[in-house]
Amino acid sequence: MSTIANSSDFDRRQLITPEGVNLEIRLASLGSRIAAYAIDQIIINGTLVALFFIVVLGGIATAASIATSIFILLSFFLRNFYFMFFEMGTKAATPGKRICKVRVASRGKARLTADAVFARNALREIEFNLPLSFLFVQGEAVDAWIAVLGLIWSGIFLFFPLFNKDRLRAGDLIGGTWVVRAPKAELITDLAAHSAKTGAPYLFSQEQIDAYGVYELHTLENVIRVNDPETVEDVAQRIRNKIRWSEGASGSDLDFLQAYYAALRERLETRLLFGVRRKDKFDDQ
Amino acid sequence: MSGQITLKSHRFRLEREHDWEALEAILKILESGGKGALSDKQIIDFPRLYRSTLSSLSVARATSLDQGVILYLESLSARAYFALYGSQSGLLKRLANFFQKDWPQAAKALWKETIVAALLTLLAAIIAFILVSTNADWFYTFMPADLAGNRTPVASTESLRETLYHDGDADGLGTFASFLFSHNSRVAIFCFALGFAFCIPSAILLMYNGFVLGSFVAIFTQKQLGFEVGGWLIIHGATEIFAIILAGAAGIHIGKAVAFPGQRSRLDAAATAGATASRLMAGVIIMLFIASLLEGFGRQLITVDEVRYLIGIGSLIIWCLYFYGPRRTASSIS
Repeated sequence: MSTIANSSDFDRRQLITPEGVNLEIRLASLGSRIAAYAIDQIIINGTLVALFFIVVLGGIATAASIATSIFILLSFFLRNFYFMFFEMGTKAATPGKRICKVRVASRGKARLTADAVFARNALREIEFNLPLSFLFVQGEAVDAWIAVLGLIWSGIFLFFPLFNKDRLRAGDLIGGTWVVRAPKAELITDLAAHSAKTGAPYLFSQEQIDAYGVYELHTLENVIRVNDPETVEDVAQRIRNKIRWSEGASGSDLDFLQAYYAALRERLETRLLFGVRRKDKFDDQ
Repeated sequence: MSGQITLKSHRFRLEREHDWEALEAILKILESGGKGALSDKQIIDFPRLYRSTLSSLSVARATSLDQGVILYLESLSARAYFALYGSQSGLLKRLANFFQKDWPQAAKALWKETIVAALLTLLAAIIAFILVSTNADWFYTFMPADLAGNRTPVASTESLRETLYHDGDADGLGTFASFLFSHNSRVAIFCFALGFAFCIPSAILLMYNGFVLGSFVAIFTQKQLGFEVGGWLIIHGATEIFAIILAGAAGIHIGKAVAFPGQRSRLDAAATAGATASRLMAGVIIMLFIASLLEGFGRQLITVDEVRYLIGIGSLIIWCLYFYGPRRTASSIS
C-alpha cells in the first residue's frame, strides 16, 4: 500500500483561483519531464519508421511521387505539430506527459492558450535540434572548434531548465507556461473511521493524548497505512514508552496505534477549531 | 469511544463525499471524451460542484487533519480548475478568429521589426550583389555548393537560361513542393526560435538569406538575364521571402523583449512578446505552404516572365493589404 507522499515544499507553487482559493500545485520533476520527452520521441520516431515502410512497400510501387510527398508532409507535421496538437487538447499533455502524470499549465492567471502552446513548442528547435546539429558537424581545426563553441552556446538552451527555480525551458519562458504534476489522487479511506468500527477499548488520559502534534499524527498515519509489522511494533513500543502506557499489550500493536491515532486526531482537530495548530511535539502553545 | 463516529472531520467528509464523487465523474468524461458526452444536468452542476469542492478544500485545510482528504481535494480542485479555466473555444471558431484578427493584428503590431528584418535582408542582398558583380569569386563565399547546383559564374548564358525555365521534371512537382515547404518552414521556425538569443542569430540568418539572394541575382544579371531571374524569383519569393522576413521579425521581437524588458519583469515581457510573435509564426507557416505551392507548381508550369511578375507582385499586394490594410475596428463590427 502506498504512503501519502510528503513532497518537499521546494516544488510547491501557488495557484490562486479566481474564487480566491490557493491550489497548491507541484512542479514536475526534471526526471519525469525527461522521461516524458523520451517517450514522445520514441512515439514520433517509431511512427516515422512505420510510415517510411508503408511508403516504401506500398506507395512507391503504385504512385511514387505522390507517396513521397505525402511522406515528407506527414513527417514534417508529425515532427513539428505532435507536441502542439496534444498540448492544445483538454489534457494539455502529450502521451509521454500523460504517462509521466504531468501537464502543461499557464504560469499566470490567464488560461492556457493555443499561442502559448505554439510558442513553447516552436522553441524546441533551438533547445534540442540545434545542439544536436552541432554535435554532428564534421570538420577539422577551425571548423571543429567552431562546432565545439556552437555546442557550448546551444547547450545553454538545452540545459536552461537546470538553472532556474521553476524549471522553465526557453519555450516555457516565451510561452508563459510551466509543467506541473497532474496526479489523480484517489480518495483513500479514513483511518479514524476504521478505528471507530473496530472499537477497541482504549482509553487515553488527556495528558497521554497531548504528547504529540500534527507532524507526529501524519507520520503515524503513514506507519499505519504501510503496515509493516516491524515498524508497527517499534512505533507502538515507542508511543507506549512516551505516554507511559501501563495497561499492558491487550490487543494487537496495530489496534493500539489506530486507537491512539483516532484519539490524537480528535484532540488536535478540536484544538484546531479553536485556532491552535500544534505543529509537532515540541510546539507548546 | 463507544464505537460511534465522533470526529467532526470524518462527518464532514461523509456529508460532502458524494459531491466530490459527482465532480470526479464529470471530470472523467471531460478529460477522456469531451463536452458532448455530458448530460444537461452535469453541465449545470459542474460549476456548482467545482465551487463546493473548492470550499470543501478550504474547510478541510482549516479543520481536518486527514491527509488523504486534503490531498484528494487538492488534486480534484486542480483538475476541475484546469478543465473549467483551461478549456478553449471550438476549433473552427479559433481558426476563424486567427484569420480574421490574430494573424493580421500580430503582423501589424510587429511592423517595426518587419522593417528592420526587411532592411537587413535588403542590405545583405545589395552588398552581395555589388561584391559578386565586381569580383565573381565572391559568389563561392556566399553560396553553399549544394544550393547553387550548376548556376555558377562560369556557366554559359544558355545553361543559366535553361535553369530558369526547366528545373525539375513535371513528374516530381508535388514531391518538390512538399520538400520545399518542410525545408523552408524549418528555416523559418529556426529563424524565429533563434531570436530568443537576443536577436543576433536571427539577424545573422536574415542577412545570410540576403547574401544568397543578392549573389544569385548578380550572376544572372551579368549574363543579361536580370529581368528573367526577377520573374523566376518573384513568383514565389514575394511570399516566401516575405514570410522569412516576418519570421525574423518575430524572432527580433522576442529577443528585444528578453534583452530590454522595460518596466516589466523579464519573464512577463518574454511571455507577452512570445504570444504575439507565435501568432505571427503560425501565419508564416501558412505563407510558406502557399509559397511552396507557387514554387513547386507555379514556377515550373508558368514560364512566361510577365505572368510570373503578375502573380508575384499581385501576391505581394494581397499580403500587404491583408496585413496592413485598414480594417473595421471591433466597435464598428459590433
